[in-house]
Amino acid sequence: MALIETQEITKTYRLGDIALNALNNVSLSIEKGEFIAIMGPSGSGKSTFMNILGCLDKPTGGRYLLEGVDVAHMDRDELASIRNKKLGFVFQGFNLLPRTSAIENVELPLLYDGLGAKERAERSAAALAKVGLAGRETHHPNQLSGGQQQRVAIARALVNNSPVILADEPTGNLDTKTSFEIMELFVRLNRESNITIILVTHEKEIADFSRRLIFFRDGVVLSDELSVKT
Amino acid sequence: MINIPSTIRISVRALRVNKMRSALTMLGIIIGVGAVITMLAVGTGAKQRLGDQLASIGSNLIMIVPGTSTAGGVRMGAGTQSTLSIGDAEAIQKESPAVLYVAPVLSGVAQVVYGNQNWSTSISGTTTNMLSVRDWPLTEGRPFSDEEVRSAAKVCLLGQTVVDNLFGGINPIGQIIRIKNVPFTVIGILDTKGQDPGGHDQDDTIYVPVSTAQKKLFGTAFPGMVRIIMVKAKSSEDLAEAEKQINELLRQRHHIGQKQDDDFTVRNLTQMMQAAEQQTEVMTLLLAAIASVSLLVGGIGIMNIMLVSVTERTREIGIRMAIGAKTWDIRLQFIIEALILSMIGGVVGIIIGISGSEILSMMAGWSTVVSPLSILLAFGFSGLVGIFFGFYPAYKASLLDPIDALRYE
Repeated sequence: MALIETQEITKTYRLGDIALNALNNVSLSIEKGEFIAIMGPSGSGKSTFMNILGCLDKPTGGRYLLEGVDVAHMDRDELASIRNKKLGFVFQGFNLLPRTSAIENVELPLLYDGLGAKERAERSAAALAKVGLAGRETHHPNQLSGGQQQRVAIARALVNNSPVILADEPTGNLDTKTSFEIMELFVRLNRESNITIILVTHEKEIADFSRRLIFFRDGVVLSDELSVKT
Repeated sequence: MINIPSTIRISVRALRVNKMRSALTMLGIIIGVGAVITMLAVGTGAKQRLGDQLASIGSNLIMIVPGTSTAGGVRMGAGTQSTLSIGDAEAIQKESPAVLYVAPVLSGVAQVVYGNQNWSTSISGTTTNMLSVRDWPLTEGRPFSDEEVRSAAKVCLLGQTVVDNLFGGINPIGQIIRIKNVPFTVIGILDTKGQDPGGHDQDDTIYVPVSTAQKKLFGTAFPGMVRIIMVKAKSSEDLAEAEKQINELLRQRHHIGQKQDDDFTVRNLTQMMQAAEQQTEVMTLLLAAIASVSLLVGGIGIMNIMLVSVTERTREIGIRMAIGAKTWDIRLQFIIEALILSMIGGVVGIIIGISGSEILSMMAGWSTVVSPLSILLAFGFSGLVGIFFGFYPAYKASLLDPIDALRYE
């Protein structure tokens, strides 16, 4: 059984009388432990596809099976629960809570999972250590560099032991050196912890870190191939 | 599962970020709760004062006064006709089962002299029953005996005000005072009663036997006539029955025909006082209602700020939703925020209200009573205001679309 399977997913936006097909019969299968980069020009549907994979949006048609469970027709709170337990998010703009310490940011998913304070603190500290931020627990986002903030965000994605991390342009706001550091962290997490990583990027050098490259254009998968490591 | 302590921590942090704004928002609730507590305190104080005065008059009282007299078509006021007699009083005592005590009163104002002091006060000729009717104990001495009433003895009981004005520190018992130049021996001193609900000093009085008042002080053209008959009913339930019995008895005694009007008036004092008490209660409620309008306005202030806060924190809400916050996680966060605002406002408001009542009673001399119930009420109400006005912003927040919220700048 594939970890993620989309069957003929379509997403149609209605703008008055005009129907806009953002996704057109996208069928993909993603196994556990894959490292996938999604590329495509803007408007190609890659963001829409990521939102659907992230259970932030629902497809208009088709089926989306996550660990064999159809999530396309779940309600808001069920989807929230799926996002909490199965998925980790990393965004381009980091999206940490301001005026909130690193460890409290990392604790957040556990908080919504209803864990006790002690377990939350332990697991969050472990997740921060895993991304190389041990000792920075009490720092607030504005006291951390961009790369460090993104590491906090990755720790937050890790803390619930989600099988999948979805990263939407995770290096978009970072310089090249820091970008490569973040990508190496993703590679390490993928190798060592067998975490499935799906990231959207439009930089070829970032996509090169992945092992499978999916290219979107006009709402359809243009190409889907294993990258050739040089 | 929703984690309440953590949600409270999150809310407190959000409120501390905008300290000034939070404080100003609370101000509405503070003023509202303070006003409600103060107004209730003023009302309760007034009610209690009235109640004390009511108790000082005596309980289950009925007052009978003569009816009006008509001279050439001009109707005079109540009590201008002399129709009540000591005989009436005795008959009521004997024949009305609902009546406990009866005391006739023949009163007037006279100058009283002791040594080189003199004082003008009201003199009431009555019987020993008067003290029972009015629930009025003596602090010193003894009441006059039936024998003294019968023999028109020149003895008297003094109210505290009279004692204060005539006797500076001297024990009045056994002393001789002169009322209208007639010497009276002081045999007892009445306990202090204070003002009646009309504001009259009840202690500014002297009681003498009714017979003595008639013969020596206020001799009338018709011997045996009295000005007022005071009656104490057996219980508050017997008041109406006593009133009816007195009416029937007096109509019969005064030979009043079926179609003729009464030549006396029976007033149920207790009922009148209770009506006054009810009025005070209505006043209290009115004041509290007006004050709670400001509490409502404070609540609207909270809602306003919470709506601003939700808009400002759209992105934060998006993040929370993306990592798994459910509808009620988001709602509770904002409701608890509103609740904390209103509860802290409530506590400060209670403190302000209590001090406000204290200041009011000190500066204006009003008696104010802050009842625990009013505190509980104000606190509970402010909590309800928080939940009620926090709900809409919280509801709005929970309906945000996570994708839009995450993109919000």
